[in-house]
Amino acid sequence: MSDAARDDAPEHRPTFDAPTWGERVGRAAPYLLVPVLVAVGFLLIGNPSSWLTLTVSGLAMGMMIFIMASGLTLVFGLMDVINFGHGAFISVGAFVGVSVILALGTWAGAPSLALNLAAVMLAVAAAALVTGALGWAFERVIVRPVYGAHLKQILITVGGLIVIEQVIVMLWGPDEIFFARPETLKGAVTFAGAALEKYRLLAVAVGLAVFLAMRLVLRRTKIGLIVRAGVENGPMVEAMGYRLRRVLVGVFVAGSALAGLGGVMWALYQEVLTAGMGEEMMVLVFIVVIIGGLGSVEGAFIGALLVGLLQNYVAFLEPKAALIGNIGLMTAVLMWRPQGMMPVVKAK
Amino acid sequence: MLTALLSGDRPRSRVLSLLLLAILVGLALAPFLFPGVRSVETAARICVFIVLVASYDLLLGYTGIVSFAHTMFFGCGAYGVAIAVENMERGWTPVLLGTVAGALLAAALAFAIALFSLRVRAIFFAMITLAVASAVAVLVSQMSGLTGGEDGMTLRIPRALTPAFRFAEGDILGVRADGRLLNYYLVFLASLLLFLLLLRVVNSPFGRVLQAIRENDFRAEAIGYRVVLYRIVATCLSAVVASLAGSLYALWLRYVGPDTSLSFEIMLDVLFMTVIGGMGTIYGAAIGATLFVLAQNYLQTLMGTAAGALAGVPLLPVLLDPNRWLLWLGVLFVLSVYFFPSGIVGRLRAGRG
Repeated sequence: MSDAARDDAPEHRPTFDAPTWGERVGRAAPYLLVPVLVAVGFLLIGNPSSWLTLTVSGLAMGMMIFIMASGLTLVFGLMDVINFGHGAFISVGAFVGVSVILALGTWAGAPSLALNLAAVMLAVAAAALVTGALGWAFERVIVRPVYGAHLKQILITVGGLIVIEQVIVMLWGPDEIFFARPETLKGAVTFAGAALEKYRLLAVAVGLAVFLAMRLVLRRTKIGLIVRAGVENGPMVEAMGYRLRRVLVGVFVAGSALAGLGGVMWALYQEVLTAGMGEEMMVLVFIVVIIGGLGSVEGAFIGALLVGLLQNYVAFLEPKAALIGNIGLMTAVLMWRPQGMMPVVKAK
Repeated sequence: MLTALLSGDRPRSRVLSLLLLAILVGLALAPFLFPGVRSVETAARICVFIVLVASYDLLLGYTGIVSFAHTMFFGCGAYGVAIAVENMERGWTPVLLGTVAGALLAAALAFAIALFSLRVRAIFFAMITLAVASAVAVLVSQMSGLTGGEDGMTLRIPRALTPAFRFAEGDILGVRADGRLLNYYLVFLASLLLFLLLLRVVNSPFGRVLQAIRENDFRAEAIGYRVVLYRIVATCLSAVVASLAGSLYALWLRYVGPDTSLSFEIMLDVLFMTVIGGMGTIYGAAIGATLFVLAQNYLQTLMGTAAGALAGVPLLPVLLDPNRWLLWLGVLFVLSVYFFPSGIVGRLRAGRG
């Protein structure tokens, strides 16, 4: 480039308006909520060791809710289908998984970490397989004819929820089933004076792994690219020649399998099984999906952690207000951002 | 006269007219036609649920709002009466006060929910109402000092409504002239009145706007109607009527508990009655509620008998077990959403022409 040409360039440099502090905080706010909540919890609880115990159990609960909610939010964002039957998958996963563990009683009862983990792995695999298959059938039979009709979707998936729950009652009986966690997952480790249940630590680890795996798949793989593009503009993806339908079904199946995984984990956490457990969890799952924002895995993750932590802190400080606290959280988030914290899909 | 009473919305189908007439006559004369405690219980339940379902239809069928919080409003009325009666002298004043207070609370709750959640998408509204309703149910069962918790509360209703009270010597057409009879007719007449009121509402210009919103809220807004305002009014109105139905139910049962007024099962029942009767037709509520309550009370017995008779056959007894009632309900529900989206009333009306 000659000097003359360089002189032709305008004298000024392009300027950008620096984002104000308000804008910066506003953008980062959803990410800051979890640390802020943890800090506020510390101030209110005061006692470091009970705070640590509560935080870990809050995180564990949040991770499990995230596992259940992630599939729902993806299906929701991608297919614009709200699946009220998702709760049934949670229950089915729990019942199948726990049945496997009970059947492998000798493995689960032995004080050997390897055998215990093998039993849990098998249970999880069975639960995910069964709920995945169930999700596939559910999509074909129940959901497919009602794409695009919200009212019918809600009604028909509620019907599906009733049927599946009743089938569970038929197969496993109407009574609650109590059981014990595998031997090595019982008990707690002590850290800095706080008792941390081993199972909760495991749940945190599994939840983190699922979250990271989902992010990796969604951001780094071709499938993830298609899914994200599909959320943004489905018809365009199809016009480019991708079979979005198949991907959608795949997402539905994966979402159902995740619900099953979450169900087993939740059952092991509670050590009790009821046919209505999925229905009860659905309330929390919905709160998470709503505050997270449509189709947003990150939003669901943050939302689930907030819900889990808040529930545990509030239950400690004021036992009767636990669920009310979460409704308050949902209300506050919706006042602040009616579309949820980080919606991926524009409101249709 | 009749047209004015029905607000110009005639049944428009001969079969439907006959069915409605049969229900009306059956309910009006229930204590005389079907003597016996159980059948009168069933009739009163039908009356209350017709009102409850009709008020839900105002939301679901006419405005296109899916709400899972309707039992919460039902519970407002029921608990309103129960709490007022519990804390005041026995008589009519607490009943009236409790009814009004319950209705006001229901309206306030509906307004609060509607205000912040009708801004969001319809599908969000369903989830939010589900969450709020379950929170309220938990709250009610925890505040056992006020609400009796899981056990519920037994009501001391005005003496004129109890079996101990006799308003005439001897019997009327073979039925004891006691307060129970008065109570039934209180429930029946109040239900009839509320039903006609709802019929009036949906056939008014206001009701037409609601239908326009259901069909296309964007266009309704573009024509110049303030959609949010209409939705809020519809939600509040429906909540108040549901609360009144709850008060009636509490008076009739002389008992209030989470299972009779707040549970998710009742919500499912209401949803099912609305869909099977026909969404967007207030008459559908009458048909749906009657069929459903009758089936609930008598079909289960029948299923039990059938299961007993088929004891030797594999699988069938398991499927016909009375406890499987809900399973068949679910299957029926899914099928009816597929094949009869307009419900029984819609079918009958379409079949005519």
